[in-house]
Amino acid sequence: MTATMIADTSVDLDAEGFLTDPQQWNEQLAEAIARENGIPELTERHWLVVKFMRERFLTTGTAPSIRSLGKESGVPIKELYQLFPKGPAKLAAKIGGIPKPRGCI
Amino acid sequence: MTTMLEQPLRDATEPKTIEKVAIVVSKGSLEGIYPGLIMANGARMDGIAADLFFTFFGLDAIRKDRYAKIKVATVGNPGLHMPTLLGALPGFSALATKMMQRQMEKIDMPPILEFIELVHDSGVHLYACKASVDMFGLTMEDFVPQVEDIISVGEFYEKAAGGQIVFT
Repeated sequence: MTATMIADTSVDLDAEGFLTDPQQWNEQLAEAIARENGIPELTERHWLVVKFMRERFLTTGTAPSIRSLGKESGVPIKELYQLFPKGPAKLAAKIGGIPKPRGCI
Repeated sequence: MTTMLEQPLRDATEPKTIEKVAIVVSKGSLEGIYPGLIMANGARMDGIAADLFFTFFGLDAIRKDRYAKIKVATVGNPGLHMPTLLGALPGFSALATKMMQRQMEKIDMPPILEFIELVHDSGVHLYACKASVDMFGLTMEDFVPQVEDIISVGEFYEKAAGGQIVFT
């Protein structure tokens, strides 16, 4: 775990760049992480996914599966992959300031 | 005089990650089909390109008349830890399948058709093996619409070029 400055905030990241404390997150931080990961601008659709992931994690303690992300976030699977080509669940978790999802589905 | 050749250095530009997989599904039981689907979906979740190639009884996963009838093998499956004769009783395979499906739903694992739709929408390309299709006397009409094409082994290797091949 290392403390890193992103968007003028000091945050603790794990080896893969996920926030270790979701409370350190804010929206400017999310935009900075997105840019670093190949998403120049977060659209309304990106935000829908990121906030869904984050809320689900904060209420249940686990990130949703890609299946429930596609069914319940309001963004279908095809579009999820257009928004986050390098993996919707993982990237949305990273941008949303929650730990890397460990599920296989 | 002989000269010792130095070991060639590993190419520094060689990728350290898997960028592409081609997964072969060759078995038609529940436990034969799911691993390939899970691996294809898991690849996409990590941004890895994935193709699925269905061959022999693996074709059952994409056959309109069969995908809903996929069963756990209860005979000759030591993993179930029960006498083979018990597994051969009528209805036993259906029961074991139902129990397994219930467990799978609990961990958010979709039924086969939904899984096929999921991987397809995730960008996985699905193909049927030409030799098996000919052997069973099938056509594209027999497959779910997510199947892109019927291809030969040679074409499969062409598509798999540059990636890893996984046989299940």
